[in-house]
Amino acid sequence: MSDCTNNATGIPASTLKELLRVMVLVRRFEEKIIEVYGLQDMKSPVHLCIGEEAIAAGVCAHLRPDDYLFTNHRNHGHCLAKGVDPKVLYAEFYGRVDGCCRGKGGSMHPAWPELGILGTSAIVGGGIALAVGTALASKMRQDGRVSVTFFGDGGSDEGTFHEGLNFAALKELPVIFVCENNFYATNSPLAARQPHPDIYKRAAGYGIPATALDGNDVVAIYLAAQDAVARARQGGGPTLLECKTYRWKGHVGPDCDHEKGCRPMEDLTAWMEKCPVELLKEDLLGTGVIEPWWYNKVVQETDQELDAALKFAKESPFPPKEEIYLHVYCEKGS
Amino acid sequence: MPWTKVFLSEDDLQQFKAAENLRSLSYVEALREAQEQLLESDPRVFILGEGVDDPGGIFGSTLGLVEKFGPGRVIDIPIAENGLTGVAVGAAAAGMRPIFVHMRMDFLPMCMDQIVNHAAKWYYMSGGRVPIPLVIRSIIGRGWGSAAQHSQALHALFMHIPGLKIAMPSTPYDAKGLLIAAVEDGNPVMFIEHRWIYNSVGYVPEEKYTVPFGQGVVRKEGREVTVVALSQMVYEAAKAARELEAEGISVEVIDPRTLNPLDDELICNSVKKTGRLVIADVACKTGGVGGEIACRVVEKAPGWLKAPVKRINFADTPTPSSPVLEEAYYPTSLTIKETIKELLRR
Repeated sequence: MSDCTNNATGIPASTLKELLRVMVLVRRFEEKIIEVYGLQDMKSPVHLCIGEEAIAAGVCAHLRPDDYLFTNHRNHGHCLAKGVDPKVLYAEFYGRVDGCCRGKGGSMHPAWPELGILGTSAIVGGGIALAVGTALASKMRQDGRVSVTFFGDGGSDEGTFHEGLNFAALKELPVIFVCENNFYATNSPLAARQPHPDIYKRAAGYGIPATALDGNDVVAIYLAAQDAVARARQGGGPTLLECKTYRWKGHVGPDCDHEKGCRPMEDLTAWMEKCPVELLKEDLLGTGVIEPWWYNKVVQETDQELDAALKFAKESPFPPKEEIYLHVYCEKGS
Repeated sequence: MPWTKVFLSEDDLQQFKAAENLRSLSYVEALREAQEQLLESDPRVFILGEGVDDPGGIFGSTLGLVEKFGPGRVIDIPIAENGLTGVAVGAAAAGMRPIFVHMRMDFLPMCMDQIVNHAAKWYYMSGGRVPIPLVIRSIIGRGWGSAAQHSQALHALFMHIPGLKIAMPSTPYDAKGLLIAAVEDGNPVMFIEHRWIYNSVGYVPEEKYTVPFGQGVVRKEGREVTVVALSQMVYEAAKAARELEAEGISVEVIDPRTLNPLDDELICNSVKKTGRLVIADVACKTGGVGGEIACRVVEKAPGWLKAPVKRINFADTPTPSSPVLEEAYYPTSLTIKETIKELLRR
């Protein structure tokens, strides 16, 4: 198929196909974890992002390899969309020496500095301040990089959200705040925590441009992120994108917490009707950008890659016990 | 050795300077000079903190730096301690060398999440991929009724956290050399100063130099009692030791200079010689650094001790404001002398 623009948005077909491929990668990466998790040998708490794939794919499509990215406990999709090899993630979750952090971080703390992922905080809101810090470094060095921080609606409860937005606006820093509002902080609904349902409106108080987006519409996210990244890169300062979405699985682990009464089942059913992967797939099939064989091939190739990654991870050795004492302090100095 | 000297008075210093013809600076001038040389020599270094550019210049320790290096590298900040600590951690992760300054150590509890959960653990969690070369300067206050929220010393809290280093310089020489070493170290360093010794004067070379972490120093040699003194208590211990010398009592004063790493060997060797250990700290007692130092000695060789270990601390209370209560709250050289005499009477 040609690489002409196939829809009203002006996004090239090749880009749309890549967005779909990334979302399939994230979805299947998480589903493979569910498949193996029952064996109880992946001893790391996993926070799955099934249902939220469009945000990682749509935002990261605009990032250069050297752009900084800070994610959170629910980070697998962001790392994959930035380009991290599934092998080093799975190996990390299995606590192996070939993991991205040599088994020191687990699922909650991936780092891959080669792609601007300088480590991950699993303290809610922690990464917001760090991204403002890398953006400050970029502005001081004029290195042209942008910083992106992904956080949830729970993250917007935290002081670091307000402190980070304020300082980023004050210094016009190249940072994009991406709030993945899935309406729950663990099991606490947004309405029990904040008086107003729209998180993006907070940005106006700091003079930061902000948009509310359908977090399951990857095209909308792609277009909004395009503007935000361009503005940041050109010295126009920060942007807040609030992407309203929904987490299909429980806060942590592979189970469906709706069955435990944590959230209404009808909400899940409604959001599954709006599956971000299916929405783009159907759109691209309908407009003739892809055909069924292309999609099936992407799924098949993704599964092959992920199966190989899982095999690699499980065959990787555990770190030697002496490594407990390694990496407490950096010995390199100046 | 001029760099180990503690000067208790202006007379002391003048005698020494006349004899040795050496350059001297105050503690605060030494801190300022260290930062100036760091900003000059390393483009990665920048300073941030509430009021770092104001006419007071953090009790004078950042005076003139914004004029010389500009507001892009000497950055006044919003009063958002935790968020801005996170900003500093992020900048450090990206390869910068921030120095975050707090006028009072009491403001550090506002930053605990970013110091304890982020800065301290980052290198470890990332499997040694991403170091955090961040220095956090804070100043212990004292006196003039400053009371409970402007006079705390919280070094013991940070000593409990793996991943942090802690420096507590007492002399101008160490203030400069340890600050430069802290910035060059490559790890998160809690750099803890004391307001009461800002005007103390001592030998400070003009060139950029470092004082190594983990190497304490003997401030005065002695045979009968070891006093391990921290920060401002180094001066009180030196005064007590000098006065006791006149009474025929020989006291060794050790200044560890850094708490993490701590120079166990220097302390243990001294106790092995004297058989008696007193720890004089600038904080309250329970859960404090004195207990840790005593325990390290006892774990290594309980047989060395001829007498019980004694700790000299503030009362286990918040700091009071009234001058009468303040006077009762703070131990002095007299407290140290009495403690030592009591130990020797046993």
